[in-house]
Amino acid sequence: MSLDFQNHIRTTGPAQEPLGRRNPVCPTAVVASKPGWRKYLPWGLAGLAIWWLVYRSLAPFAAWFTYSLCGLAKGTHLGATVEFFVFESPKVLMLLTLVVFGVGIVRTFFTPERTRRILSGKRETTGNVLAALLGIVTPFCSCSAVPLFIGFVTTGVPLGVTFSFLVSSPMVNEVALVLLFGLFGWKVAAIYLGMGLAIAIVSGWIIGRLRMEKHVEDWVFQTQTGNAGQEAEPDWPARIRLGLDAVKDIVGRVWLYVLIGIGVGAGIHGYVPENFMASIMGKGAWWSVPLAVLIGVPMYSNAAGIIPIVQALLGKGAALGTVLAFMMSVIALSLPEAIILRKVLKPRLIATFFGVVALGILLVGYLFNLIM
Amino acid sequence: MKIQILGTGCAKCNALTMATEKAAQSLGLQYELEKVTDLQRIMSFGVMTTPVLVVDGKVKVAGKVPSVPELKKLLA
Repeated sequence: MSLDFQNHIRTTGPAQEPLGRRNPVCPTAVVASKPGWRKYLPWGLAGLAIWWLVYRSLAPFAAWFTYSLCGLAKGTHLGATVEFFVFESPKVLMLLTLVVFGVGIVRTFFTPERTRRILSGKRETTGNVLAALLGIVTPFCSCSAVPLFIGFVTTGVPLGVTFSFLVSSPMVNEVALVLLFGLFGWKVAAIYLGMGLAIAIVSGWIIGRLRMEKHVEDWVFQTQTGNAGQEAEPDWPARIRLGLDAVKDIVGRVWLYVLIGIGVGAGIHGYVPENFMASIMGKGAWWSVPLAVLIGVPMYSNAAGIIPIVQALLGKGAALGTVLAFMMSVIALSLPEAIILRKVLKPRLIATFFGVVALGILLVGYLFNLIM
Repeated sequence: MKIQILGTGCAKCNALTMATEKAAQSLGLQYELEKVTDLQRIMSFGVMTTPVLVVDGKVKVAGKVPSVPELKKLLA
């Protein structure tokens, strides 16, 4: 889990909101009147149709822009580079906007409190699967990792199930999935989703089997968790506003990384020899996967920040499994996170947690290099 | 009026503190602000996400930083 100290992926509402632009909204303050979603359906469909039309015309536009407007010759390296960039940038940003908006709305249905109620008292195997899935849709900022951990384990969520949640939440996130889908296709995105969930489920299950409850700091289980009371369910206007907030917050923060990533993909192809990385990070080098994980684990970055590096490595002949292992270890585990978790976990449990997850990532890396 | 900000000291907790003070001052409120950083005390409010705004012992916002106009509405 990477810690976004400034970049709170799972929360809405940036701190420096321009004053007076939005209606005040907050789950606790929303009145119970609930205009149904049907009122918004025509608008949503119209918006989607416009989105689709624009999306469809991006490819012809990029070709027209490159070869007619700029007058670049077809088949030249420069022409291909410009076309790639002009096509990919709006494409990925549009996908990102749509998905972040959708996920932002879905998240208004899943508060951490509700997730805890679902998971509390669940049997371990089922609980691990549920926790990994809920990790994707529960809004959760990693600076809340510690209170969330305490809140889970003191109300009957098994330790291993809690870890499944803590692993899947940062690793399987919508920004990573959209970027992988947009830049490398749906197969890579689906593989990432499946493997991320598998690692979260299995490593949580293993930690549960190891019976490591005594390696949680003693005061944690003695903590009296109060009851904040139920937050009022937001109505549909509020949900839509929260979705838009998510777009403003997340897309506003990652667009630059996305453009850099695409720029790297477009530009570097011609200037660094193809297969430059193949000898170091290709399939042939067996040690490249553990090395990638070893470098990735202490590193701290969010999904968007790591994409330019992923793009450059893959473009230059690094093996997919090695690169995915690197990406997973960067966004799922980090040194700042270990330090934060030290408040509630004894060193042995932290070491086990990092060890088990890193091992899972390692296996996924090898598996990929083997089958792709 | 007693305002408490719960949080272990992340960037967002400071952002919430500043925004809350701004909102309270522009409303001309008489208030006393306390930052709660002790985890056990934070947990006793029953929240799982930080930062949290507590007014007179009641949790108003958890896990996000509302804008100043939103905060004014919550404090008024």
